[in-house]
Amino acid sequence: MDDSERLPRRAVLARLAISESGFVFDPTTGHSFIVNETGLVVLRRLQAGSPMRDLIVTLQDDYDAAPAELERDVLEFVGSLRKLVDAQ
Amino acid sequence: MTAAQLASVAGVAVTGMNARADNPGPGVAVARCLREGRHFSGRIVGLGYDPLDPGVYLEQFCDAGYLLPYPSAGDEAFLDRIAFIHDEQGFDLMIPTLDAELPGLVRLAPKLADMGVRTFLPSATQLELRNKDRLGELAEHAGMIAPETKKVTQAGFFYRCQEEGWTYPLVVKGLFYDAQVARDPDTAAAAFHRIAAQWGFPVLVQRFLRGEEVNLTALGDGEGNLLGPVMMRKLGLTDKGKAWAGVTVQDDRLLEASQSLVAATRWRGPLEVEVMVDDEGRYQLIEINPRFPAWIYLAAGVGRNLPEALVSLAFGQQPDKFIDVAPGTLFIRYAQETIVPLSEYESVVMRGVRRQPMPHADGEDATGVQP
Repeated sequence: MDDSERLPRRAVLARLAISESGFVFDPTTGHSFIVNETGLVVLRRLQAGSPMRDLIVTLQDDYDAAPAELERDVLEFVGSLRKLVDAQ
Repeated sequence: MTAAQLASVAGVAVTGMNARADNPGPGVAVARCLREGRHFSGRIVGLGYDPLDPGVYLEQFCDAGYLLPYPSAGDEAFLDRIAFIHDEQGFDLMIPTLDAELPGLVRLAPKLADMGVRTFLPSATQLELRNKDRLGELAEHAGMIAPETKKVTQAGFFYRCQEEGWTYPLVVKGLFYDAQVARDPDTAAAAFHRIAAQWGFPVLVQRFLRGEEVNLTALGDGEGNLLGPVMMRKLGLTDKGKAWAGVTVQDDRLLEASQSLVAATRWRGPLEVEVMVDDEGRYQLIEINPRFPAWIYLAAGVGRNLPEALVSLAFGQQPDKFIDVAPGTLFIRYAQETIVPLSEYESVVMRGVRRQPMPHADGEDATGVQP
């Protein structure tokens, strides 16, 4: 499965207003949600266009977790993210 | 319109001063926008129908409040009342804010103009186009689709509608106003009788859509241009499905659809476009309201004071350039009490008037009432 199938659409990611506090607002739908510190890091990197593989490698440098576990958590996060922002 | 021209407008009368928390009329919000207008400083006259319409008493928004006869009293009674209020208050423009008022006011606009009262309304043809039974036709103009809608004249329809492919829940609607979601035939039949009694026939039935509602308010200049659009997604609803909280959004598909709609109909006056983005991401036109919505103060709150802009248009002038609207500004409605002396309430009940007395030399006010 490539990134385009796993990640929210690039245009949707680009439009999100992401605050330092972890508050995220979608200006098209009016939806807002909160992400934790790790989610904020992931979301910012995805918004900057980082591919999933690079993202996971980078996270391995910062977090003490097994690669498989890290990948599973990131996939779960982006799955939730798609549900939240990809409806339109 | 220049600031000086706007400042010279003597007064504006605004209808729809009802403001029940679960389903407020737009009048109080329109009056508030005018009161906070950058240039307009004329009198604001609030027009209601019931002595308990709170806007009639709100001095911070309305310099005077009057009751009108219900539309069922006929055109003559309505015009006589407007002439009386106009003599007392000398307003130049009337802004109706209730759906049920529009057909009559469009019809009476030339007579109001003879009286010196301007309006800025759609034509009768434009108004008919947005009737709920012609929603599909209107949606086509906007490049959208509309939920299937059918006229119903007998409650028995709701007990056999499944044979015609209808499923519950469905929405029972009045031709001009009111809507209720019904989840079974008994509820639908009860809604049918209630709506028919209040709003007449035909009653409409519409397929229920699951999705998210997004609304747009703006002005049509009558030349095909959409002016000052503000888009809002509801964040909180009252029991009647009215917005209790909302947030500005930038939805380009809704904007383009609304521009197409106004261009095709050459809409003149305020409007609210209600769209449901269904679960498949399709934009379904739910309704076009030929008036400002009750949430219009949000528009002024983000720098687009559409009621003040309407004053300019009504005087044949272009409004000031609209500033950009940033998405992400919320409104949250709240209910509060206004304190009314018995004498004011009595005046509204007995004479349909709340205003500062205008004393004559003999100590009586202009209507012969002892102050």
